Parts: sequence; structure tokens; C-alpha cells
Amino acid sequence: MAKAQRSDPAEAIDIRPATVADLAGVIALDEEVTGLVKSEYWHDMFARYGARDTGSGCFLVAGNPARIDGFIVGEVRAWEFGSPPSGWVFAVQVRARLRVLGLGSRLFEAVCARFRAAGIDRVRTMVARDNTVIHSFFRSQGMTAGPFIELEMRLE
Amino acid sequence: MKFQKATEFALYAVLELAADPARQLTAVEIADKYGISAHHLAKVLRDLGRAGLVDAVRGVGGGYRFAGNAKRLTLMDVIRLFEDVGTDSTDTAPRTAGEDIAEGLRFVVAELDAQTGATLRSISLSTMLKLVARRPWATEARPARRAARRAR
Repeated sequence: MAKAQRSDPAEAIDIRPATVADLAGVIALDEEVTGLVKSEYWHDMFARYGARDTGSGCFLVAGNPARIDGFIVGEVRAWEFGSPPSGWVFAVQVRARLRVLGLGSRLFEAVCARFRAAGIDRVRTMVARDNTVIHSFFRSQGMTAGPFIELEMRLE
Repeated sequence: MKFQKATEFALYAVLELAADPARQLTAVEIADKYGISAHHLAKVLRDLGRAGLVDAVRGVGGGYRFAGNAKRLTLMDVIRLFEDVGTDSTDTAPRTAGEDIAEGLRFVVAELDAQTGATLRSISLSTMLKLVARRPWATEARPARRAARRAR
């Protein structure tokens, strides 16, 4: 019997730890979404959170090296700003035409599963105030405002 | 922050109806559930109908049904129908001796407004209903109460 075809393209995409072969795809997807080429940045992110299996860092991709359709990067951080150990999500991206199909949620759930396995019971992130799309995404995953306020000051 | 009654009623009604888009409810049924004025709510529902968020079903057994997309509509979309949001805070009044302090206070208040606006724009009706089902206010209160007991 022929395998039933999955009607949702996002469901068929595998989520797995990133390898160095995925970096070109990550950089390309990031450029497609942001308009910026950040080759050095993504190589550094991979070196810090993907290449070394420290148990606290996490760089997951959705897709294959020929085409990356999404990624998520996070790490367990402890005692910064007085915060007990918690999981932080630094970056998440999904190809535009695959959004609202559950791929972002799957990536988020995958990184949260890794945080839970590390004994962590809280996940945090930060969003730009005018980035309603990403803000809405994290809210849709169940996140609410945390106990910190981001402050900044121009240095002259 | 405190909403006007109309805004509060609108949020109750829209969220109640969006929770089950196939269901029809009358203004009285919604008002009874939330302990609010059915007369005031009826006016709010008419405004929501004009904005396309709800459909009025006429006749015997009629009522209102949710007409929007709960994943796209945000709390801000409902609020801005009844509140004056996003007003230009540029002050063109003549400069006075106390202008610096006044401008400083406007700067701080603008920070709060920006934060509030971003939050309300980020929460869709669908996300809001999921939050209600999860009741995070109940689970987050438990560690705080434990800490308070330990401190005594």
C-alpha cells in the first residue's frame, strides 16, 4: 500500500541538532528573513551552542543541509542578573511560507524538551518591542512577561 | 491600567464567543455569565458587529456569533474600537518654565505606553484563550506564597 502523503508540509520536516554542514542553509535562511548576511555570527553561534555537547547549549535545525527551513538556538544560563538556572532562547526562525503550520512550535517544544532534560523548569527569551511577529509567536507558545526589564543607555 | 466599561465588556464578549465560534449567545446570556449590564453589552455588541468581529443572528433563538479569525485578531484590535490608543504625544503647546519636567514625565509615560501597546498587540484572541485555560496566575502564585511562609 502506498504511504499516505502528509498534507501539511511542515509536519514532514525533521528537527535535529545542527551540524557544520547546515550552516550555509542557516545563513541563507537568516539572510532571506533579515536581509543581512551574518556568516561570522552563525559560525560563532554554532561553535558555542552546536559544536560542543556541553548539555547546556542547543542549536536545532529543521530540514536538511540542502535546505534549512527553520532553526532555534538556546542555552541554560545560571545566575545572570540574579536569575536561577533557566533556559534562554536566543534565536528562532522559520521560512515565511511555512509559518503558522506548526514548525515554529515544534522547534520551540524541541528546545524546551532539552531544557527539561537538563533539569530546568523555566524558559526565557527577549523580543524587540516592535517585532510583533516574534512576540506573538512566543506568546502563542504560552510565554508571558517575566520579572526582568531590559534597560539601556547611549554611551557618548 | 484600567479600561472603560465598554472595552471590558467587548473583550468579555469577543473572547466568550471566540471560544466556540459555532455557538450563538444572546447579550443576556453573556451579561449573566459575567455579571454585567445586558443593556450596555447590547450596545457594545452592536459596535462589534459593525466592526465585523461578531455577526448578529436575528429571529427566535437568535444571538451573536464570532465572525473573526481568532488567530489573527489581537486584544489591541478589540481595544482600539473603544479606547483612544496610539494618540500622537507630540505636544505643540508653547514652551513654559516647567516644560522640562513635563517633557520628562511624558518620556517616562511613553515608555509605559509603548510596553503596554506591544503586549496588547502581541496577544491574539486564540493565545488569550489558551492563557485562560492554563491559568498561569494560579500556578505562579504558589512559589510566592511558599516564599512568604518561609520568611515568617
